[in-house]
Amino acid sequence: MTIENPVIKCDSVYKIFGANPEKMLENNSGNVDPKIFQEAGYIVGVNNASFEVSKGEILVVMGLSGSGKSTLLRCISRLTDATSGKIYIDGQELLALKNKELIELRRNKMGMVFQSFALLPHKTVLENIAFPLQIKGMKTTDSISKSIEMVKLVGLEGRENYFPRELSGGQQQRVGIARSLAVEPDIWFLDEPFSALDPLIRKEMQDEFLRLQSSLKKTIMFVTHDFDEALKLADRIAIMKDGIIEQLDTPANIVLSPATEYVKKFTQEVPREKVLKIESVMDQKDEGRNLSDFTVSKDAIIETVAEKILGQEKSVAVVDNDNNKVGIINPTKIIRILFGEKKSE
Amino acid sequence: MNIINQYPKTFQWIFLILVFFGLCFAIDVPENYKFIRAQAEHSKVAGQTEFNFIGITVRYIEYNFLWRIPPLLGWLPIWVNDSMFFLLNDWLPMEFWDPDVEKYKTRPLILQITRVISGSILFLIEFIREILIGGIKTIVAITSWDWIDENPWAELPGIPWTIVTAGTVILSYKLSGKGLAIFSLIAMVYISIFGQWEPSMQTLSFILVAAPVSFILGLSLGIMAYKSKTVEKALYPLLLVMQTMPQYAVLVPAMVLFGIGDHSAAIITIVVATPPMILLTLLGLRGISPEVIEAGKMSGCNDFQLMFKVLIPTARRDILIGVNQVIMVCLSMAVIAAFIGAKGLGWNLLLALNRLNIGLALEAGICISLIAVLLDKMSLAWANKQTDYFGNLNFMKRRKYELFFVVTVLIGLVLTYFGSFYLKDGYNYLYEVPHNKGISTAEFWNRGVDWIWDTFFYPLKIFNTWLIQDVLQPMRAAYLRMPIVATFVLVMGAGYIIGGIRSAFVVGGLTLFIALSPWWDRALVTAYMATFGVIASSIIGITMGTLCAQNTYSSKFILAVCDIFQTFPSFVYLIPVMMLFGVTDTSVLIAVIVYATIPATRYTVEGLRSIPPALNDAGAMSGVNNLQRIFKIDFPLAFPHIMLGINQTIVFALFMVIIGAFIGTEDLGQYILKALSDLKGGGKGLILGICVAFIALIFDNLIKTYADKRKKELGYVS
Ligand SMILES: Nc1ncnc2c1ncn2[C@@H]1O[C@H](COP(=O)(O)OP(=O)(O)OP(=O)(O)O)[C@@H](O)[C@H]1O
Ligand SMILES: [Mg+2]
Repeated sequence: MTIENPVIKCDSVYKIFGANPEKMLENNSGNVDPKIFQEAGYIVGVNNASFEVSKGEILVVMGLSGSGKSTLLRCISRLTDATSGKIYIDGQELLALKNKELIELRRNKMGMVFQSFALLPHKTVLENIAFPLQIKGMKTTDSISKSIEMVKLVGLEGRENYFPRELSGGQQQRVGIARSLAVEPDIWFLDEPFSALDPLIRKEMQDEFLRLQSSLKKTIMFVTHDFDEALKLADRIAIMKDGIIEQLDTPANIVLSPATEYVKKFTQEVPREKVLKIESVMDQKDEGRNLSDFTVSKDAIIETVAEKILGQEKSVAVVDNDNNKVGIINPTKIIRILFGEKKSE
Repeated sequence: MNIINQYPKTFQWIFLILVFFGLCFAIDVPENYKFIRAQAEHSKVAGQTEFNFIGITVRYIEYNFLWRIPPLLGWLPIWVNDSMFFLLNDWLPMEFWDPDVEKYKTRPLILQITRVISGSILFLIEFIREILIGGIKTIVAITSWDWIDENPWAELPGIPWTIVTAGTVILSYKLSGKGLAIFSLIAMVYISIFGQWEPSMQTLSFILVAAPVSFILGLSLGIMAYKSKTVEKALYPLLLVMQTMPQYAVLVPAMVLFGIGDHSAAIITIVVATPPMILLTLLGLRGISPEVIEAGKMSGCNDFQLMFKVLIPTARRDILIGVNQVIMVCLSMAVIAAFIGAKGLGWNLLLALNRLNIGLALEAGICISLIAVLLDKMSLAWANKQTDYFGNLNFMKRRKYELFFVVTVLIGLVLTYFGSFYLKDGYNYLYEVPHNKGISTAEFWNRGVDWIWDTFFYPLKIFNTWLIQDVLQPMRAAYLRMPIVATFVLVMGAGYIIGGIRSAFVVGGLTLFIALSPWWDRALVTAYMATFGVIASSIIGITMGTLCAQNTYSSKFILAVCDIFQTFPSFVYLIPVMMLFGVTDTSVLIAVIVYATIPATRYTVEGLRSIPPALNDAGAMSGVNNLQRIFKIDFPLAFPHIMLGINQTIVFALFMVIIGAFIGTEDLGQYILKALSDLKGGGKGLILGICVAFIALIFDNLIKTYADKRKKELGYVS
């Protein structure tokens, strides 16, 4: 699948850590076997990653600890230089950029949120948010008024003059988010932004993230450990293992047709109803049946409509975007999906 | 066999010690051996051998090489000295503009450079000094003597002591609050009414120049080392040696290069004070979380912005601790540098000690200590102070301290003015209390000393004789009795057992340097004095530390006491011991013990207090009593940290032993002192200093390696 004008495009990107990684890669003529590399004293961070991200898409990168998620993000933001391969940002080749151009790119197009917040301890909330703007050379008054806007956006009014040490984790991360959005970047990197937060605040932040994205429409790469989070946010998910992207696809496809054993294991515990759309479980339409008045969209995720369907006595019609009937779904089927399917498998 | 496998290290140690003593007994003292006061010197003694290297003749007495090896590096100090003179006087003559005679003059490059540095530093010191206590040299420097003669009014007036005091108090209050403000008030008033104002301000002006320059130098070098591995690798050994080298030793080369006076004292202070600043800058920058740096980069910082807007502000606390260290070194140098002409309290202290006027020395010593404690607390308060936000306060509130200070300046000026009115025929005490008009307690202290001598003469003498005859002399003889091979076996063997072959070679190399220098015997004497001091200090320190660590309050108390004692410039310790024991080895050793007990105590308390409480609870659950807890749980766990304390104790002890040469001991220190009065002593002083540093580094290497390993075994993350 190729996308027209991808915002981010990676072409066989490798990142190897060690003494002389270019040489090592050349000697193995591009064939990276982590074992051989490890014995030679090299660590494989990213192994032959090729993918594209289109405008306005949220790509969630998943994988176990040490699978290379952060490293991939760092390559694309060029916080580290990829060992080999090509990365294009808006068609511009990233690794060919000069230092000045790279700084310009970061000042105007990229924003990043960090797992441990990474706020500057000596600056207040407002100053932290204004920091990238001031670095760009914006006038103090302008940068402050812009920052006040951002403070409102992330709901931190009244704490503008607090120092990071005086804020809770969730509040600090809001500052991190505001800071990364202050320059109005087109591309937004988030590296496990919510991992350090407790479940309640995490949920709140996720909702807020979706709210922001629905109005901002940025191109996003989002790293997380948490499958629930991935499902909630992702347009597409990339699953990484030992630096390799094992599968990159929509959540439903990943759950329904895992490409490798690893992905299968990874997705085994995932509740189907959170991933699958009604479309993938509906039955053939059967004109003779007596249907309930209630209808569901074929694109609805099962979990979100399950309760409503279970509330009906009769089967429910499934409709497409133009309200044409395309199938039916029976409450008993929903019950089976929710409670029984795993055992029967 | 089983036991050997179970405790392999213990048996290795036993084996090593057996070999060591075996060698000591197997190798007899050569008949012609005696403790030579001057090996490889130019004096001729019967039975000397000599060799010639790059035109330098080294004379020495030859022994069996298992006993002593010949001083093959005997030429090094002379060569270093000659090279220094050559660089200074003959190398690269160039034309330089001389403003005094308004002509071009030919001068060697290095000489010109040192002159320019000396000149500017001297100008700075005098400028600040005259702001504080008045004078005309600054104005002379920018105009001329003739101009001054024509305009007799042109003189910097100096600030009345009331204003300086008020300024200090306000600053203390701003930094830390009421407590420190009161302390600074007492300190400043004390200094003033005891007539020590002028020398104190001289010392202060010297620090106010040396400290900022060291800070800037240290910060820049630290940044360079952070950015480039090569710079770090080049700097690191230098820093290690500088940190363990007695400050005494660098005096002589400084004197050769820069002459005598405040400037050369300031320059050498800068050289000594910069290394800790470099280390702390590096530590601070290294400690920044990588994500903060990445956040800076993603904000689009260029290199410059990243350094000054992200890295340095984030590492602020460590950098300010560095400032604190710099100030402390500067103060302790203020005394030591008096040997090469630093004016002020240090100078008065040395003079008084030289004349054995203990009372006067004590007064100067107390003033230095007061200033040291004050500056220490102020800079620490600054380091720990967190930035406050003032954006929402109005002008009056934001600038209240500054406004307050302006008001006190006005009051001070008015007071001084009235003072000049009323105290016309005497002295204007509201401007400055002159040196001889203050209250002096010197008489009182001197009488006290006399009284102590009269009353305790016999007990003190008996103690003194016993210590020297029955403890010190046998110990010294035993050290000198060691054949050189035995020493090598012991040192390298210990290195091998503790840290493997690499460690063995490092300590072996350090020992070899000393062995090849002309001063092996002296080094043994230094080592013996230090050993005595270290053993005594460790016993006292660990006992005291253990006792105090049993209780939160006493721990806090003893740590505070250690803090204060540690801020005293090392020289100050000589005053009370000379009071009690006069000019003897005993005095030096007691000063060594007192001084070196500080780190032993501190690290013991810290080590014991940092044991996770869960472990003690676990112990209590399994029913151990207090003694069992201390010996079975606490000590083994705290041991690595205590060993680091012992490491510090060794460095402290060596410093003090060397300083003790001032009273007169027969070790390396005495040579350094001699080199001071020898114009050709530059190379000697330096090499002697390196020898002492190497003694410290041998122990440092062994102990650090051990402590690191042990900490890893115990599962501390380091
Ligand atoms: N600077 C580095 N030098 C050497 N190895 C590194 C470096 N950075 C990362 N690695 C290695 O690369 C691999 C991938 O690391 P990465 O940080 O990308 O993992 P991750 O998927 O983000 O893990 P986590 O979920 O724990 O953040 C790991 O094995 C790590 O040890
Ligand atoms: Mg990561």
